[in-house]
Order: sequence, then structure tokens, then C-alpha cells
Amino acid sequence: MSTPAGNGRRPFPHRNLLGISDLSPYEIVELIDRAEAMIPVSRQQRKSLPTLSGKTQINLFFEPSTRTQASFEIAGKRLGAQVTNMSVKTSSVTKGETLVDTAATLNAMQPDVIIVRHPASGAVELLSQKVGCAVINAGDGAHEHPTQALLDALTIRQHKGRLAGLTVAICGDIANSRVARSNLLLLGALQVRTRVIAPKTLLPRGIEALATEVFTDMRKGLEGVDVVMMLRLQHERAAGRLIPSVREYYRFYGLDADKLSLAKSDAIVMHPGPMNRGVEIDPAIADGPRSVITHQVEMGVAVRMAVLDALLADPTQVAA
Amino acid sequence: MTAPLVIANARIVDPASNTDRKGALLVADGRIEGLAEGAPQGVPDGATLIDARGLVVAPGLIDMRVFTGEPGHEYRETLATAADAAAAGGVTSFVLMPDTTPVVDDGAIVDFIVRRAAATARVNVLPAAAITRGLAGEEITEFGLLREAGAVCLSDGRRSIQSAGLMRAAMTYAANFDLPIVHHVADASLAGEGVMNEGTLATISGLKGIPAEAETIPLARDLQLAALTGVRYHAAQVSTAGALELVAAAKRRARVSAGISINNLALNENDVAPYRTFFKLSPPLRSEDDRQAMIEGLRAGTIDVIHSAHDPQDSEVKRQPFAEASEGAIGLETLLAAALRLVHSGDVELLTLLRAMTQRPAEILGLSSGRLAIGAPADIIVIDPDYPWVVAEQDIVSRSHNTAFEGARMQGAVMQTFVAGRSVFRHAQWPEGDA
Repeated sequence: MSTPAGNGRRPFPHRNLLGISDLSPYEIVELIDRAEAMIPVSRQQRKSLPTLSGKTQINLFFEPSTRTQASFEIAGKRLGAQVTNMSVKTSSVTKGETLVDTAATLNAMQPDVIIVRHPASGAVELLSQKVGCAVINAGDGAHEHPTQALLDALTIRQHKGRLAGLTVAICGDIANSRVARSNLLLLGALQVRTRVIAPKTLLPRGIEALATEVFTDMRKGLEGVDVVMMLRLQHERAAGRLIPSVREYYRFYGLDADKLSLAKSDAIVMHPGPMNRGVEIDPAIADGPRSVITHQVEMGVAVRMAVLDALLADPTQVAA
Repeated sequence: MTAPLVIANARIVDPASNTDRKGALLVADGRIEGLAEGAPQGVPDGATLIDARGLVVAPGLIDMRVFTGEPGHEYRETLATAADAAAAGGVTSFVLMPDTTPVVDDGAIVDFIVRRAAATARVNVLPAAAITRGLAGEEITEFGLLREAGAVCLSDGRRSIQSAGLMRAAMTYAANFDLPIVHHVADASLAGEGVMNEGTLATISGLKGIPAEAETIPLARDLQLAALTGVRYHAAQVSTAGALELVAAAKRRARVSAGISINNLALNENDVAPYRTFFKLSPPLRSEDDRQAMIEGLRAGTIDVIHSAHDPQDSEVKRQPFAEASEGAIGLETLLAAALRLVHSGDVELLTLLRAMTQRPAEILGLSSGRLAIGAPADIIVIDPDYPWVVAEQDIVSRSHNTAFEGARMQGAVMQTFVAGRSVFRHAQWPEGDA
């Protein structure tokens, strides 16, 4: 196997990773390939590559996130970067310093990469216009979460050996999900058939433009699929308006053994986390043999290492 | 008294008299004194002569929807700076929306606006008074006292009255004083947290959408209540094809009219991408199908008025993530040029276009301006309908720079603007002297 930061590699032609929509199919596959090559680094005793040595990485999270922030932090550290975590509490009522001000402040500290999560769609792109370093979108509103889609694709490819020609069902709160949008864009670019499954209240207008097929009946939607991707339901927000109750949602849109039996017998079950067991997924499925959820978490570190490496590593420098 | 003024060698375009012919205008004591076909019949002694060089001479524009920051947010715009922008755009009168701090909901504040405008603004400022106290949508204001103080119409500005019962009461009482109600319709519960037109583009952008029904449902309510109460009702700004059908039907049984922002005629939802907050407007930019329907509505006369929706916002509130940014764009200086696009594209006749910015707003507001008739105020503009220019931030007269037309190529500009016979704006490339 070639080293991830290998010789003669062409530079990645983007300064930022803001969304899957900015990437060509070729670039998507290249990032997945690079991520796959990163997997052994995390599995060996000495889990490090020095490609980002001396670089400064800031994790700027305007929304609380345990796993994504930790994943980026570990990815950066395994590549030798200095990582600083900044959690910023925001509310639309007490804005105080604007996002643009924050960007200017951080930019003055000369970071090499800023990883941003923000509750507003488009906020990461806005911030990227105001800084001189690389920016990685770790989730902006209901817009995109590109590293999640990349890690999901890598996970699927690891289990299925391919992507093109598969059928993937994405189930749940499509309307509010950046994970769904990035996955639909990525899978669509790589010739994967996509289905979205949700009650109409959780399907945004015009979603047909992103998905191959749209289902409101989960049983029909799961028929013959290779991958079942569940989404987290923000049930505190949805209750009483978008869905009447958790128990009704679980009855019709929760993944249980009965519904899963309609998918292919070797179908895998995915979830971006954090899970609501008993809301969108039966605990027995979440922790069962078809679940690849912990594998997704592992692939997350590899994907984030690959993205950091692609954006930051000097391609002329040969890894030790 | 200023010297008499003769504007000769003009293409006189006056929608109110359906005129489009060569001629001359005589102005004295701030009013139009004479109109001549062809060459002027004798120039009075001491008169200033302006050779219009065959360009269009039309009534000054009346803009029915302008926001400023005075009082309360003068760093965005004052009456004086808005009036300067208006003059540069050929707008000789504008209706000032009541969304100021404090709100224009009291006769004393109307009086302040009238005096302040007379002292500082070079065009006519026509105050709209709030329909409800504090624009809160709960209690009606003193319509009679507001009218006496100088309010030309009633409007809750950016806000939309949600309660049908309150709207009925307001309309009934406004009919009592024959004050027109100018209302922006938006159902708050349907618009929800929406920030752009609902549809595929909003979904791809991860932005919440505003459905057309957030406009058509309260509009249908208002139109029925207008028929019930007999009030003069002006739907301040419609943006959807569905709204046109409602207005067309209501015109047969009620005293109603409809306006549209130039933004909804010149732009569509595609301009928003990606997250360009200067295109975050209310109503939102709609689909191209809607825009085409609105042009047809203008041609058919269903839409009466085109306005600028001039809404100065500073960069602090615009340089934000899209959902968090303020709505609105300036427009006084680009209203005419953007509207002329519809003429140059062959969609609308010049007379039809100008009618929506002169004659119709004057009729709706009961003004004597908006026409080139003997005895009318000499609010006159000279337009070069083909003058090419590019909207550049450094040329903006308005105190705020949030234009939706930054960098846009325009064809057509105002060469000179007269208010009551006085020159209040002259284009740098216009060789004729100040009058």
C-alpha cells in the first residue's frame, strides 16, 4: 500500500471543503481513496503521520457537537497539527460579535485551517470569504455536512465493495438534515440510486431534484435496498407540528426488524448519530449485526485526516 | 419666485393623457403653465430654456414604498439622503413608510416628518401613518388626526396585520376618513421561519421557504374585507401568480389596487444563490414563472403600481448568514433603470411602465402630481432611455449601499429632475444648465 501522503501526488484543487456540491465525481472518489489509505494509520500502534506538523487547526463550533468535534480533533492530532477547540455559544437574540467579526479575529491568529459548524445554512461559506486559510464545513444549518457524506460513502464501499449501482434509502427528517443533502449530492454524483423516505411534513418542497425516488411509505421505500441510512429526529422541535408523537413516528418511520426485513438480506444499517433509540431506530437494530454505526465513526477519523491532508499537506514533502 | 422654465425639443410622455409626442413645456411658479405640440409658442422674457434634445420628458416618479432611518436610525438613511437618492433616480415624491423609531403612529410624528422633510429634503416626502400603534397589529391609530397632520395613507410598513377582525375594524374606520389602506400581506404562521421562496432552490440551499400561500391567503382575506367595508385598499406588494388572479377578480367589486416591488419584476429566486443577503427581500424573490406572470399583470393593468421598496440596511445587519440577515435593498436610484429593462426587452410599453410610477400612484393617493397637465405641480424628469451605465457602489447616493443591482448593466438614466419647477438633480453627462 502506498503511503497516504505519497510521492508525486497532484495537489488537491480546492482551498476549502464547503460542500459536496463543489466537488467533481473524480474529486469525491479521490477523497474516499485517500481516506481509505488513512485507515491503517489509526489502527497501528503509533497513530501518527507528520504531514501537518507545525500547522494550526482551529475547531470553531457554534453548535454543540461531541463526536464531530472529537473526530476532527483526533484527525488533526494524528497528522501532527496543533489543534485548538473553540465552542461559541450563540443565540439569534443576543448576537454580540458577528460571525464576520469572529472570522477576522481568528484569521489574525494565522491558523492554517478552521473547521466550522454553525446553525445557519451558508454561514461557513460566509466565514470562508473572510479568512485567508482553509475552511472545512463541519455542518452548516440544513445545508451540507460534507465529511459525513464522505465517511458514509467510505463505509458503504468498505462493506459493499462498490458504490455505483447500489440503492440507498435515507429515512427520517430530510427537511432539516444537512446529512441528507450532502449524502444525496454525493451518492447521486457516484451513480448510486437514492431514495428518501419520510412523512410529507419532513420532506422539503423540490426534494425530487436531489433524490432518485421519494417515498412516504417506509415499507415500500425499503424494498430491495442495499443500505438503510437513518437520520436523527429532533423530536423536541418536531412534536405536535411535523409529527403528532414519537410513538406514531416510531410506528410508521422507526426502523425495526419487521421493516428492515423488506431490505436486501445483506443490507447494512447506518446512522450519523447521535441516535434516539426507540424514536427512529429499534435499539436491537442499532446494536445488531446489520449495524455499521461504529464503523462509520471510525471512518470519520480517516475521512477527516484525508481532507485535512488534501487541503493542507505540502505535496512536495515526502512523508517519513 | 423662480424664473419661468421652458423645456423644448422634448418627447413628452404623459401616461395620464396617453400622450407620447414631440412638444414643449412651460413652467412658472412651480406649476405647469403651458404645453405645446412641436416647438414652444414663444418663450417668456427671462425664462430659462432647456433643450431636451429629443429625450423623454415625463412626470416625476411617485414611489409608494420607501423606508429611511429618520427618525431613529439616521446612520442608515435620513430624509435628506433618501431625497437625494430619489432625485438622482427621477423620483420626485415618495411615500415614507412608518417603520421608524419611534413609529409614525401619532400626529406629532407625522408633523415632525412633514416639517423635517420641508427643511431638508429636496423631493416631496409623503408620510404613511401606521395602521396600528407601534406596528404591533393590536390597536388602530388615530386615523383622523393622522390625516389632518399630513398622512397620505395608512400602512403597517414591513409588518402585516394577522388578525382578520382587526383588519376589518381598521378598514371600516379608514373608509370613514377615505384614507387608503396600503398593506403588505404575509401570513406569519405560513411564512414561519422562511427566508426565501419555497421550492427546489431553498431546499438545496438548506433554507426555509416561504410559500406563495403566505401571500395569497391574507390577500384573499383583505380583498373580501375591502369589498365588505368599501375602503380604498392597495395591496402594497404582490409577488405571486396566484395573487394576480385574486386582485383581478376583486377589482370588479371593490376599490382595490395592487403594487409590486421592482425587485420582483426584475429579479428572481436564482439571484439569491449562493446566500447573497442583498437579495433577501420581503416578499421574497419568486420563481421565473411568477416574474413572467407579474409582467403580464402589469401589461394587463392588474398591477397598478411599481415601487422601489427602498430599504437601506447597513453592512452590520447584511453581512450575516442568510437566515440571520435583515431583509431589504435600496432602490430609489435604480428603480427607473431597472424598470426600463422591461421596455428594452419589448415586454412593456414605455407609457404603461411610466403609468405605474406616475399616474396610478397619484390617483391612489389623491395627488395632483404624476401628470403633465396645466396646473399640475412641475415635478418633471428628463430621461435618456438608452443611456448605458453600470451600477457601482462608489456612485451610490443613498447612505446605505445594499443594492440588489451591484455591477448590473443598465440602459436608461435620468438626466435632470425638477421638483416644483426647480432643478434638484442634474446628471454629470447632461450638458443643459441648472434651471
